[in-house]
Order: sequence, then C-alpha cells, then structure tokens
Amino acid sequence: MPKKNIQKTKSIKKDSGIKSAREKMIGQHIGYRYDVNLLPDYKKLTPFLKKYIEHMGWDDLNWLEDVHMGYENGKPAVFDRNINGWVTTPPKMKLPKNQQDRDMIARELLIKFQMSPNHPLVVLKKAYQKKD
Amino acid sequence: MAGIKKSEHKSYGMGLHDEVLTGRTQQTFFNSEEAENFFYHDAFDVDFNKRATIDAEKLQCKELNKKIKELIKQGYGTIVLKNPGAKHSLGVGILQKLNLIVEGSLGYFGVGSIDGPVVRISGRVGWSCAENMMSGKVVIEKNAGSCFGAAIRGGDLICKGSVGARSGIDMKGGTIIIGGDAGAFTGFMMQRGRIVICGDVGANLGDSLYDGTIFVGGKIKSLGADAVETEMTDLDVDWLKRKLKVAEIDRKIDFSKMTKIVSGKKLWNYDNLEPSERKGAI
Repeated sequence: MPKKNIQKTKSIKKDSGIKSAREKMIGQHIGYRYDVNLLPDYKKLTPFLKKYIEHMGWDDLNWLEDVHMGYENGKPAVFDRNINGWVTTPPKMKLPKNQQDRDMIARELLIKFQMSPNHPLVVLKKAYQKKD
Repeated sequence: MAGIKKSEHKSYGMGLHDEVLTGRTQQTFFNSEEAENFFYHDAFDVDFNKRATIDAEKLQCKELNKKIKELIKQGYGTIVLKNPGAKHSLGVGILQKLNLIVEGSLGYFGVGSIDGPVVRISGRVGWSCAENMMSGKVVIEKNAGSCFGAAIRGGDLICKGSVGARSGIDMKGGTIIIGGDAGAFTGFMMQRGRIVICGDVGANLGDSLYDGTIFVGGKIKSLGADAVETEMTDLDVDWLKRKLKVAEIDRKIDFSKMTKIVSGKKLWNYDNLEPSERKGAI
C-alpha cells in the first residue's frame, strides 16, 4: 500500500461539511464529500489488486473503478454493495491524503472483506439461500 | 413474520438480529490482515483452460442455465454455447469468474445479474442485455436492443454495434461502451458510472441523471433535463484511450474532441413534494 503523504485518520473532522441551512436542518450532508466520478489512476495500482485482476481474467479494475474511500459517521469507510452498508477502516490504519491512493486502499479492503469467511453474507446465505 | 416466533427463527439463533449493521459493527467481523483470497466463499475454482461445449438447440432456458452451473461445479472455466437461437434469459446469474462464449444471438434479458464472468457474444442481443450486472465483461459483436445494461452496478458492458433507446437506464455503476450509435433517453436517470458512445446519440441524453459521466464521440440530438456539458480532463482522455483498448474497439477517435456530459445537480435538492421549485430549477 502507498506510504506517501501519510496523515492520521483521527484528524478527519467529524461531520465536517454540514454548512448550509438545509444541511443543518436535516443534520446530514447533501451530496458526497469526495469525488464519486473520479477515474482511477492506474499508476497507483497495488500488487494485491494486480493479482486480483489477473485471477479474475479481466484487463483492468472492472467494477472496482466505482469504489472510493468515503465516510461513515465522520470516519473513513468503504461502501459494500453486497451488504448495503459501510465498512470502516481499521482504527490504527493511516491513510494518505491523495484520493487516488485512498481509493486503491478502499478497493483492497473491500475485496478482503467480501472474500472473508467472516463476511455477513456467508451467514445469511446459510440461513436463506435457495437450494436447487 | 407470520407463524414464526422470534426465538424459533434461524437468523435469531445465529445472533444476526442482535447485531446492528452499521459501519462500526462490520469492523468486528473483519480482519484486514487476512490471507489473500480472491474467491467468494461459495464460488468454485475453475480452470480457464478446461473447456466444454453446450449445444443449446434442444434445450430450454432453465435447463441450459442449470447445465452451465453444473459445468462450473466440475471446474470448467471456458464454456462455449452453440445454437443459442436468440432464446431469452440465457446465461443469467453467473456469480463467479468464467469465460462464456456465445456463438450466435441472445434474446431478451441475456446474461442478466452476472457477477464476474467474461462473456463474448458473436451475434446480437435483445432487450435488457446484462441487466443488473455487478462485475465482469460482456462483449457483443453486433447490435443490441433497448434498455441495454439497465440498472447495471459494475463491470464493462460493450456493444461494438449500435444500441436502442434507454441504454444505461438507472445505472448505478460500471461502464457501458457503444461502438456505434445510441437511441433516445440514453443514460436516463443514471446515478453513477460511465457511458461511452463512439457514434451519434438520440434525443434527451442523460435525462434526469443524478450522477455519472457520459462521453459522446458523435452528434447529440438533444440533452435531457439537468444534463450539462463539461470540459474533458487529461485523466478522462487517458482513461478513454485505455478503456477502448479493453473494449476491443478499433475505431479511430480524437478523444480530446469528445463531448463530456455530467449532472447539473439542480435536481438533487428537490422531490415530488416541491414540483413548482423543481420545474423552476430545470
């Protein structure tokens, strides 16, 4: 993972960005706090992601192009569409300032989370999956 | 749920309903230092060099989809589908890596709800090809019908020919690449992702798009509500060059002269309760 421009995750202000009267009234942000349309910079690809792309037989990041490091309750987090929820980064993890580097870390974390035997879907599938 | 006591339900027994599924709670399930693993827990390990052929001529859609899943369980990584006969709903629900080669055309809702496979279709496809696609790559050599890539959430969906109306309707991620022209209402209510149209596009492009990006190489008949033109960046040009190589589209395009369409974001703060304000905004 990239180590340049390291900053502590604690320094990210909780709920910073609630500014307009409408946002204050509803108590949450309107819109995103990061660029959801940012295209990935392939020069920042990590070795783990290269291996994943090779394993899947793809030419590039494919669906991971849409994965970015976002926020949940003011903490850095990545959204997992399979559970429709946010996964916060480990508390001790230090994140770079650059969004491209942060996004690559988010992609790596998400793959590890989704493929983990501890992923909530494993338990849910055991309980509810239809059998042929 | 009717007839089931709280204590009897399987999921309560597993402790699921005692967990609050917020971002913070997820952390307890997950160790970022876990060993490298690229498989979903219920996916099968397949070998791309292990190849099987299915003749679809006398098979119904359900039998055929079952046959594909059986071959995956046996470790076949490359499956060739002969004589698909434009049957509907073929190759749906494949949730892992696989090379699927379709020699012919697919009907409606072909390769829907897939998550991972690389699919090549030598013919045409009907309505709603790759609907709800999550990841993977689908390449169609000829033309596609309406609602191409409806509600896709990820992956690369490529049509080397032209597509009908409402391509990428309600898409929430992923990339749709069209080598030829696209019909009216392309990117209608798009929420995220990217659409690349190398040729011309019909009326109301990107109507009511909430977010996402549309790149057009040819002429645009008209823009839809809240769709606005913006400047291309160097990152856009680099990404387009690389992505069209991935899409295997040979057409010569001056990427810097493409038109980039994004959301004007004027509809973000309005809902059905505020129709007059909404109308004023667009």
